[in-house]
Amino acid sequence: MIPRHFVIALSILLAAVLGMSIYAWHMRGRAAATPVVPTDTRPVVAPVAGSTESVALFVAYDDIGILRAQSAQIPMPSVRQQRAEEVLRALIALYLDKSSPHSLPPGSDIRSVYLVDPGLAVIDVDAALADGHRSGVLAEELTIASLIQTLSANIPGIQKVKILVEGKQRDTLAGHADLSNFFDVSAVNQLTSQLQSIQ
Amino acid sequence: MPSISRRIPRRALVGTVAQTWPERSRRGGPAGRSPAGCDCSRPFRLASRELRLLFCLTLPLFVSTSLATPPEKRLSIYSTAATYSLPVVQRQGRDYVGLLELLDPLGTVSAKADGPRWRLHFNNVLGEFTIDKNHARVQGRDADLSAKFILENGRGLVPLASLNSLLPRFLGGPATLHEESGRLFIGSVATHFTASVAADDPSRLVFQFTAPVNPSVATEPGKVRMTFNHEPVIAPASPTLTFSSQLIPSAVYSESNGAAEIIVTTTVPLMAAFSKDGRTVTLAPAKSQTAATAATAGSATAVVPTTPAVPSPQNPPVQQSQPPAPASAPRRYFAVVDASHGGADRGEALSTTMAEKDVTLAFARLLRQELESRGIPTLVLRDSDATLSVDDRAFFANSTHAAVYIALHAASSGHGIRLYTAMLPPSDTEDRGPFRPWSTAQSPSIPLSQVTVAAIAETLKRIQVPVRTLIAPLRPLNNIVTAAIAVEVAPPASDVSALNSPDYQQLIAGAIANGIFAIRSQLGAGQ
Repeated sequence: MIPRHFVIALSILLAAVLGMSIYAWHMRGRAAATPVVPTDTRPVVAPVAGSTESVALFVAYDDIGILRAQSAQIPMPSVRQQRAEEVLRALIALYLDKSSPHSLPPGSDIRSVYLVDPGLAVIDVDAALADGHRSGVLAEELTIASLIQTLSANIPGIQKVKILVEGKQRDTLAGHADLSNFFDVSAVNQLTSQLQSIQ
Repeated sequence: MPSISRRIPRRALVGTVAQTWPERSRRGGPAGRSPAGCDCSRPFRLASRELRLLFCLTLPLFVSTSLATPPEKRLSIYSTAATYSLPVVQRQGRDYVGLLELLDPLGTVSAKADGPRWRLHFNNVLGEFTIDKNHARVQGRDADLSAKFILENGRGLVPLASLNSLLPRFLGGPATLHEESGRLFIGSVATHFTASVAADDPSRLVFQFTAPVNPSVATEPGKVRMTFNHEPVIAPASPTLTFSSQLIPSAVYSESNGAAEIIVTTTVPLMAAFSKDGRTVTLAPAKSQTAATAATAGSATAVVPTTPAVPSPQNPPVQQSQPPAPASAPRRYFAVVDASHGGADRGEALSTTMAEKDVTLAFARLLRQELESRGIPTLVLRDSDATLSVDDRAFFANSTHAAVYIALHAASSGHGIRLYTAMLPPSDTEDRGPFRPWSTAQSPSIPLSQVTVAAIAETLKRIQVPVRTLIAPLRPLNNIVTAAIAVEVAPPASDVSALNSPDYQQLIAGAIANGIFAIRSQLGAGQ
């Protein structure tokens, strides 16, 4: 015959197992019902290795419609293509700041810059920059002049620039500024000098 | 024409009934009286007579009504893939079309009925419809129908009015339905046109189309009718066009039953001549046209008569020739004003209720008025809410051989006026004769464009309007072969609604017109 205290201990253990099972089942249901917090799945840019350098950024000011050159200290890698990307990313980061004089839509970024010899640079921006960009001839050309002038001022030897959106050609940036053609850097220099003066 | 074949029998039948009715009533009189002279049959005879009268009165009405049944209603579909038409059927007082037949020429389509459900596959899109239900599912998303879905012998019928919302789901692109006239435009296929009287010959009316057309041309007394059964021609801003010509005072655009029609009012018989691969149609008096075609094309150009809609001696058929060029050019415009954006392209949302395309259109019309009041013939390139590509704009502007092209934009940012010229590198001096690269066609005209901008800036400064002159990567400036500028109008202060202010628009338009007028001779020299 089984001793009585064994029966009591076994019953307590069985009750505990049953209780734990019910609790686990309940917790599983709650976990399934909890919404998944969206996460930014974009790849994180590798930290830049290199000494800090002073670069010239041509910053657009919407209120008076001009471009102003200003210097910034940013880490610059030694590879030419990476330098081009870093200098433009520094410009975009400035525009994404809340107090920016020429705000760009959230999520705006430079995907890549390709340098093709002789003297051609291809700037590939993400869709967020173009899709959410403010429409208007001046507003759009300020962005374009700012990008191209900043690039050509810091990366010598660039004579022509092509701007792509998500790796594809687009007719306009936001309905006005033409992106279908190559930009001649000398023409952008002329535009920049016009945009730097308040007439 | 069906209307003609119906009219003649209708008159004949009405006449027959009118002649037979008195004869029958005369015969009926004596026959109604009994030999005994009893008048007991009088009430019956009266009733019979009234019945006959009623019958005779209603018969012609019935016959004429049945003959006057409107022609079968059709839906014309215009797309880049195909142009075709389908019958529109009436069910429960509404217009319906077969969805499978509609989509068939546009891609791979199949349909299967499964009980009350009807599934349609178009390319990779699945649509599910249920009999007698007002909603469907396309690509897993609900779509409302304006009336119940009908399945007849395996043929799915959808309400015509629902095509505007239903087709973009299947096609992945815009579809514009002109429901009243039964015309459906899939994508940007519309053909626009302008009409003007030749400056050197007010008896010539020149139509310019954005795509080749081949209308049927017919005459009626005092009218020339061009019917576009297969071309996606759409209305200009105003359906009634008036011309400063006593011979051709006006033209009216209309649409009905799957076709577009332009009726030109004229006091003389006109002939139609086609040129520029069917993009230009010139209407001119018969003698003048024959002489012109003979002079320009010689014996190789044959003038062939069209099939007249009303073949009667009183209405001599209009003749058309293909493809002789008209002897005289259309009216020469000095300025072309282009209201930027339009149609699906709304431009900048200046406010919650104000789109850039509407402001530019209003401004363009005002600027035309100001220029014409200074004796400068002006064409507004987009004079309606039409979608025009930049290439079309450049093509039209270049084909007018105008002295100056002015593109109008509006913006909510900044203040005052910004004047732009093309952002192009300096022109090479290599002589390519009449040919120029499309993307840099503006290069030789840049100095003239800069002169234009400077003149307008000067007049704006005089009236204390803030103005900036810039270059811009803005199409179609690069593609214009004459002086070309863009004007971006910003509000005078922070209030964007001032862009719609008539006073502000008048002020700016007047200053621009003054600037153009001031350098008219310089611009004209480059024309």
